[in-house]
Amino acid sequence: MNVKTEPLAINMGPLHPSTHGVFRMLAVLDGEVIVDLEPVFGYLHRGIEKLAEEKTYKQVIPLTDRLDYVSSMSNNLVYVLAVEKLAGIEVPERAQHIRVIMAELQRIASHLMAIGTWANDLGTFFTPFMYMFREREKIIDLFEMVSGQRLLYNYLRFGGLSHDLPDEFLPAVRKLLKVMPGYLNEYEELLKENEIVLARSMGIGVLPEELAINASASGPVLRGSGVKWDIRKVDPYSLYQHFDFDIPTGITGDSYDRYRVRLEEIRQSLHIIDQATQDLPAGEVKSKVPLNLRPPRGEAYSHIEAPRGELGCYVVSDGSTNPYRFHIRAPSLINLTCLKDMVMGLKIADAIVTFGSIDICMAEVDR
Amino acid sequence: MSRPNFGIPKGLLVTLKNIIRHPVTVQYPDERLVISRRARGTDIIWNKNTCIACRACERACPTKAISIDVSRGEDKKLKVDRFQIDFGTCIACGLCVESCPVEDALYMSYSYERAVYRREDLISSDDELLPGEGKQPSGYAHPEVEKTLTLQTLLLDKDREDSQ
Amino acid sequence: MRSFINYPPAPPDWPGGYWWHWLVFTLIIIAFVMTMALIFIWYERRLVGRFQSRLGPNRAGPFGFFQPVADAIKILTKEDIITSRGDRVIFWIAPIVGFVSVVMIFAVVPFWEGAVLVDLDAGLLFVLAMGVIPSIGIFMAGWASNNKYALIGAIREVALLISYEIPMGLALVGVILMANSLSLEGIVQAQEIPFFVLQPLGFFVFLVASLAEINRTPFDLIEADSEIVAGYNIEYSGAKFAVLYLTEYVEALAASVLLSTLFLGGWRGPILPPVIWFLIKVMAMFTLIVWIRSTLPRLRIDQMMSFNWKFLLPLALINLAVVTLVVFSSLPGWVAFISGSLVLIIYLALWSVIFRRGGKFVQT
Repeated sequence: MNVKTEPLAINMGPLHPSTHGVFRMLAVLDGEVIVDLEPVFGYLHRGIEKLAEEKTYKQVIPLTDRLDYVSSMSNNLVYVLAVEKLAGIEVPERAQHIRVIMAELQRIASHLMAIGTWANDLGTFFTPFMYMFREREKIIDLFEMVSGQRLLYNYLRFGGLSHDLPDEFLPAVRKLLKVMPGYLNEYEELLKENEIVLARSMGIGVLPEELAINASASGPVLRGSGVKWDIRKVDPYSLYQHFDFDIPTGITGDSYDRYRVRLEEIRQSLHIIDQATQDLPAGEVKSKVPLNLRPPRGEAYSHIEAPRGELGCYVVSDGSTNPYRFHIRAPSLINLTCLKDMVMGLKIADAIVTFGSIDICMAEVDR
Repeated sequence: MSRPNFGIPKGLLVTLKNIIRHPVTVQYPDERLVISRRARGTDIIWNKNTCIACRACERACPTKAISIDVSRGEDKKLKVDRFQIDFGTCIACGLCVESCPVEDALYMSYSYERAVYRREDLISSDDELLPGEGKQPSGYAHPEVEKTLTLQTLLLDKDREDSQ
Repeated sequence: MRSFINYPPAPPDWPGGYWWHWLVFTLIIIAFVMTMALIFIWYERRLVGRFQSRLGPNRAGPFGFFQPVADAIKILTKEDIITSRGDRVIFWIAPIVGFVSVVMIFAVVPFWEGAVLVDLDAGLLFVLAMGVIPSIGIFMAGWASNNKYALIGAIREVALLISYEIPMGLALVGVILMANSLSLEGIVQAQEIPFFVLQPLGFFVFLVASLAEINRTPFDLIEADSEIVAGYNIEYSGAKFAVLYLTEYVEALAASVLLSTLFLGGWRGPILPPVIWFLIKVMAMFTLIVWIRSTLPRLRIDQMMSFNWKFLLPLALINLAVVTLVVFSSLPGWVAFISGSLVLIIYLALWSVIFRRGGKFVQT
């Protein structure tokens, strides 16, 4: 029997529960199989790069918070590093250590959220999501303690930090380090061996090593494909060379491997925080920086290993108080470009899982 | 990968274990957590007696939410005629408080509830910026205030260290 | 030869004969179904909340008990929207079709000894027949919405219905064999030892198949919130949505009721009055369903189909073989229990190995 079928074009998004923001996927389906997919983005464009050009260097720091609001601390860090490179500002060692602690706490918080939302995309009824948010909340509490806000921290400054750590911070972090591994094991038990999770995510959304490198993917997406590439090791910044940690990598580059890489990275981050808190030097947290910073003419590029991948910041100075050009290399955007190659020929449900496993933040994609 | 692992029963046990744990959510209007001692709240508190009308905060503001009218008084001293903050555009970044050269002129507030019915109500000026009911200065960039406030409640406090 | 439908003689203490009995029991059943559905909505939200380390609704009334009522008021006052190119008539009928047929299942369920609206001789067949019709309602809803997500949901529902009806029916055959009766009253009477002990395999198969039939996790891909948003009911609003939503919970109630009647011994139990035992068992089964829902992710459509045809159907057949052997050779109960549990554990272990290979073994 000959059944006449036609492809069905469905428009997922921009308002769709699992597009993690305002992302639109124009998927053409043959039954349930994706035959074509066109990612459309730009719905959250706020022109941050242009906005930055009319603000002073210091005023850009709160703007960078709003790039990837799930990991504001990393965004602050990359911008601050770029300007410090541009203006040649030295950072005290204590501040460097605290920056590392903050960046790693941020990585844990971001990865927890990534795993939680990914589990939600798999179809669990919010349970792992809530557990992950419970743990994330503990970290957010710490950020609130040091910076005064829970999401947009605005904590780092040129030449250090805005404030020193409060006295109650270190005991709280130590307690977090003690409590966290138990919870992590528990959540691993919940998802790692679940047959449905395995069947849904193993071999789904495979990103081959070659394509990952060619597409310039970074972060857990690249490492999930088995490439041992981590800016913290390759081009260390903020004293990362002093800390001992591993780079977890996946094997096949499927959604499951990306999830495993994230989970392992949380463990490594805990390890780094442990080291950083143990030999936290005393002293100043901020070096002397002119109130109205005028970096010399020139340009600087800094890159860090943000939770979502290689986050780069390019700042050009014309000697005035405002950056002449401010550009962000957003890992979310670059990882997202692999989406079509990853989901071709899969089912519509797999596309959601794959998309969730890339872990993007639309605010960073569209900027 | 040839050993059966019974992941689903294991997962079921994990959720069962969590049902015994105490819920972590808080019944907000009845039960309030103590916010950070450095909270960058939804208000800014201005002390008009100590303000020297230098307009540093106005220049520091990234969203141009602060506008100040300054005039020279009879004794040739600068004096503030109008100090206005539009909290509709304020992003609570705290840069104004940090940039203030006077010790006790500008504070972030220790509050987090600021819902109004009209946008115009979000614009506060002069006397509306003084501390008042439910509007206390927070310890952001003011360590001496920070010491006087109660410790922040942490979700971590609910975990016992030996619980795992 | 008895007639197909054996109207029970009116109990002597019922004045006015059969029709009074009919009227009173119909009202009781409708009241029971509506109250239990509302209780279930509240119970599920509270329980899922506790599973997720939060409280769940607790504002309306004591323990948030009136939350479903508040929701119902809200939802009934919402604007009723019909898609412009949708099929208006079918769009209207669909929720009713689903709701009415699923309520009719309760006509044959005994709440007590003799407390049943009609004790059909072919009660189980009636249950199976009525259990299918809500799926048709869902398909109608998805089709008439003129929405692509709804259509995908509707098509998934049909695929799921066709597959899961078979292991479900086969699991029931085991029950029929053991009870030697098709009437639910007779099945309850036959359960000196609950059938869930005598045929754990059958219980498992029926549980999984009914999870699929009532579109619960891990088979909720008709609604599939993260993929097709809400599936068949995406275009529904107002009172029609309320009926669809209620149907979902009445289906869950029906599944819990059938599970407890067929496998847990229905109203039978020591000390407490039978109807209390019945309610306890129903709540226990619903708790199990909610527990599963709050833990497991969703299967993909092809995995769901292969799960049925390659896992559940053979298991149902094995169950049938075991039960047949036990019944016809009059083996003692513990043999049935041990052999059934053994098969189940071995089978689950096997499946655990095979299924996680995902793509390789299971994909069709």
